Amino acid sequence: MALDTVAIAQTSPDTKQPFQELGLKEDEYARIREILGRRPTSSELAMYSVMWSEHCSYKSSKVHLKQFGDKAVKTDALLVGIGENAGVVDVGQGYAVTFKIESHNHPSFIEPYQGAATGVGGIVRDILTMGARPIAIMDPLRFGPAEAADTRRVLPGVIAGVGGYGNCLGLPNIGGEVTFDETYAGNPLVNALCIGVMKHSDIKLAKAAGSGNLVVLYGAKTGGDGIGGVSVLASETFGASGPAKRPSVQVGDPYVEKVLIECSLEIFAADLVVGIQDLGGAGLSCATSELASGGTGGMSVELDRVPLRDPSLSPEEILMSESQERMCAIVEPKNINQFLAICKKWDVTATVIGEVTSGDRLEITWHGELIVDVPPRTVAHEGPVYKRPFAEPAYIKQVNSEKVAVPMPTTDAEIKAAVLKLAGTPNLADKSWVTAQYDKYVQGNTIQAQPDDSGMVRVDESTHLGVAVATDANANWSYLNPYEGVKLALAEAARNIATAGAIPLAVSNCLNFGSPEDPGVMWQFAETVRGLADGCLEMGLPVTGGNVSFYNQTGATAILPTPVIAVLGVIDDVRTRTPMSFDRSGLELYLLGETKEDFAGSEWAFIHGQRGGQAPQSDLQAAMRLNSLLVAGRTEKIFIAAHDLSQGGLSATLTEMVLRHGVGANVKLNNTAVDLFSETPGRVIVAIDSSKKDALLTQAKKAQIICTQIGTTGGDSLTINDAVISLAELHKAHTETFPRLFG
Amino acid sequence: MKVGVVTFPGTLDDRDAARAVRFAGGQAISLWHGDEDLHGVDAVILPGGFSYGDYLRCGAISRFAPVMQTIIRRANEGMPLLGICNGFQVLCEAHLLPGALTRNHELHFLCRDQKISIENTTSAWTSAYTQGQEIVIPLKNGEGSFQCDDATLASLENDGRIIARYVGENPNGSRNLIAGITNARGNVVGLMPHPEHAIDTLTGPTADGLGFFTSVLHSMVGK
Amino acid sequence: MAKIVVDVMLKPEILDPQGTAVGAALPRLGFTFAKSVRQGKRFEIEIDGEATTEQLAQVEKAAETLLANPVIETFTVRVEK
Repeated sequence: MALDTVAIAQTSPDTKQPFQELGLKEDEYARIREILGRRPTSSELAMYSVMWSEHCSYKSSKVHLKQFGDKAVKTDALLVGIGENAGVVDVGQGYAVTFKIESHNHPSFIEPYQGAATGVGGIVRDILTMGARPIAIMDPLRFGPAEAADTRRVLPGVIAGVGGYGNCLGLPNIGGEVTFDETYAGNPLVNALCIGVMKHSDIKLAKAAGSGNLVVLYGAKTGGDGIGGVSVLASETFGASGPAKRPSVQVGDPYVEKVLIECSLEIFAADLVVGIQDLGGAGLSCATSELASGGTGGMSVELDRVPLRDPSLSPEEILMSESQERMCAIVEPKNINQFLAICKKWDVTATVIGEVTSGDRLEITWHGELIVDVPPRTVAHEGPVYKRPFAEPAYIKQVNSEKVAVPMPTTDAEIKAAVLKLAGTPNLADKSWVTAQYDKYVQGNTIQAQPDDSGMVRVDESTHLGVAVATDANANWSYLNPYEGVKLALAEAARNIATAGAIPLAVSNCLNFGSPEDPGVMWQFAETVRGLADGCLEMGLPVTGGNVSFYNQTGATAILPTPVIAVLGVIDDVRTRTPMSFDRSGLELYLLGETKEDFAGSEWAFIHGQRGGQAPQSDLQAAMRLNSLLVAGRTEKIFIAAHDLSQGGLSATLTEMVLRHGVGANVKLNNTAVDLFSETPGRVIVAIDSSKKDALLTQAKKAQIICTQIGTTGGDSLTINDAVISLAELHKAHTETFPRLFG
Repeated sequence: MKVGVVTFPGTLDDRDAARAVRFAGGQAISLWHGDEDLHGVDAVILPGGFSYGDYLRCGAISRFAPVMQTIIRRANEGMPLLGICNGFQVLCEAHLLPGALTRNHELHFLCRDQKISIENTTSAWTSAYTQGQEIVIPLKNGEGSFQCDDATLASLENDGRIIARYVGENPNGSRNLIAGITNARGNVVGLMPHPEHAIDTLTGPTADGLGFFTSVLHSMVGK
Repeated sequence: MAKIVVDVMLKPEILDPQGTAVGAALPRLGFTFAKSVRQGKRFEIEIDGEATTEQLAQVEKAAETLLANPVIETFTVRVEK
């Protein structure tokens, strides 16, 4: 194929171009021609097609995501907000923590191991790019039915990929989720979160400033990985008979990324970069256009200088390649020798491929011929903005009017059977089969990991300052009421931070939805964003950034709306945290919060095939009061343990608490089935020494939270009224599920 | 007392090993794989991780690093040398210890709090323990199955060169539940589980691992 | 130009869990021909000119020192026609 240059494009306006195959619509192609005043070259077309894809441009979500800015929380804690690679939050003592959650859903269905592995690789690079040392990861995962054959194909590969990549990077996995639901069959959700820490002065931004500064590509060599992966995969749903196009999935090498991390941190410490960007979705197209766009506006690049693994790649392919483990830095000429020396020390390939210019165009040449000449902002930040139509779907009124018909166990035998059933149901069962494949110890700062309510890492070894992160989603509630559902998930994630006694600070989000071309799905999305923005404003938690994953559907069937909310919190001394459970008898157990009949969307309803009803109404004021009570419980040294109630209600919480250290509990309930299995939000179980009873009641009254004693700890069984469930039986039911399913 | 901690490209637990040395009261000196100079250290630790991405075989490339030339020579002269996990793999590849580490028999990477019993308390790294003492320290690897031929196994057993054995179920398929071994002289020890991750109960399952590091400091006193 | 191939296999007495797993997967996919499966590594080394005896001796040495771990592996060296 002959090289398509700007000069040729100027003189051949009628050349037919494959814009549709590249995922561009007619009107988008027309707009590109308008921007350039001519037809695009094939390289320019490649760039626009990847950068204007849904995954990169957020064209369907931008108008809604704007609310995070409009309803922004005024806080000094936010050092870097939405728009950069990741948000950055001040956690005190001069430390800044950056965190973000992202999706890698479609690739994980195609190639579970590599899809999950490169998902981890990508989010870690986003954190590194901010100037931080990555210190931990988390992985909220969602799969089809646990018993399904395809789940047995996808799940083990995803777990092995997350572990294989994360462990090799030396990042402790401090938590995550595994949820099964037929809605995800064919559309598994692999969301990955990374946390990084640095000093305030280390923060790096993605902008190319300073005319004459050098553009340096370093890291792995460029090959044909994932060419067009972004625009092809994430903007296409899967036909019922298989993927519509044959995409090439990216293959990652965690060793190369580990070396890249150490090399980059040494470069950062020597203050050698002016701007930096990692190469993720859309590879070089993204890095060059975003750096140029974020900076003073101009950049020139000699594409033929890009080191290649595969010398047969065309310029278009190089621009679209998604080869992993690559970064792009802007370096002042006086620092380039030192920069290259550090790369050499770590055996990292580094090449100067261009420079920042004083103009306002991004110009790319191939062996001297100009093949790209575009205004970078139009590529990176001024992509199409769609106002997709949205309308409340018919199902909403129908499911909300359904009555939830579930059995209400009353006899001792029924209660025991129900508790054991929930203990072993895949969504609630012990996840050690998964977490044993993850290193939680590396870096020596992990304070909490699965199965604790939140992951917690120490940030400073002398002051014991620490941060905690929790992720939560409830697709059942979002399905019934997207506006309330996301607020409930937000409240739950914040509560999971507070149970250990940490203070919630900031939010990231991964919004997993079906096709934005479906007005009903778009309505779910619009309601979710509105709910999250309102909820964050009310709770005083800024949204620092996040990710939108659309097109999670098979044929015309979308997944249940699944907004995953991540909350980051801070704790001044990790040694004082409140653990999840108790290790001795004779303690008193209290339920904080009030239980009502809330079975709609519950796990108890789910296992009985009941998906309808009305989601609970969120009460964020009460949620915040409860959080302050939880923090007071730590600072006033009242709580010996605290564990929140969520899926599986009190039954699941008690099960997890008694099995954690093998100390039983004796509990008295009045309205047993409701008390055990309802999933009213805003509730926590705490264990205290009897001497702290007055202190607890005083704090609870102050926070206006109902506080009821439900029992005491001790013994070798979980006894609910007269139903006795031995810990041995409970342990067996809880722990045999995953090995049985996955070997 | 100075203990060197080596960093190869891909090493992960070097900072944790250095922290353990400091906790034990020693001074940790960072050693770069490309530098032959040991900078006056009295003992060396090869930490855990995925040096060179476990390319070819775990530790197969690291063993040829310039720093290893000096370490091998000094070890043969009696310098205390501890290889943890990937470090154990490097020691076997370098033939400072017999046998080899292969893929876990159940193929999965496994991270768990592992009970081991200390069976040799005369080595430079285990003198702080009592014979048969059971401790719990994290085990985390994908290639931790210790293999060797029958003759080697017999001599390891007969000469009391098994440093530690797994207690309970065999987590990875190691012959005779071997979790760690030493050379004849007792200065070179290879251990699969990670003592540096069990130095306090805040961040580890126990503080049982600290003994490895205090042992070597005491073994150097008076030298 | 010649291509020298070095095949590395685990010694017969060493447990090969990957080979075992592959062997177990085959019948699940409908392939019943295998009595046992063992997994190894293959190195393809390109050299200039024809392979001389000295060069082959060098490759043998390299295989013994680096490509294979003689404690647990055996290897063969051959020239690919």
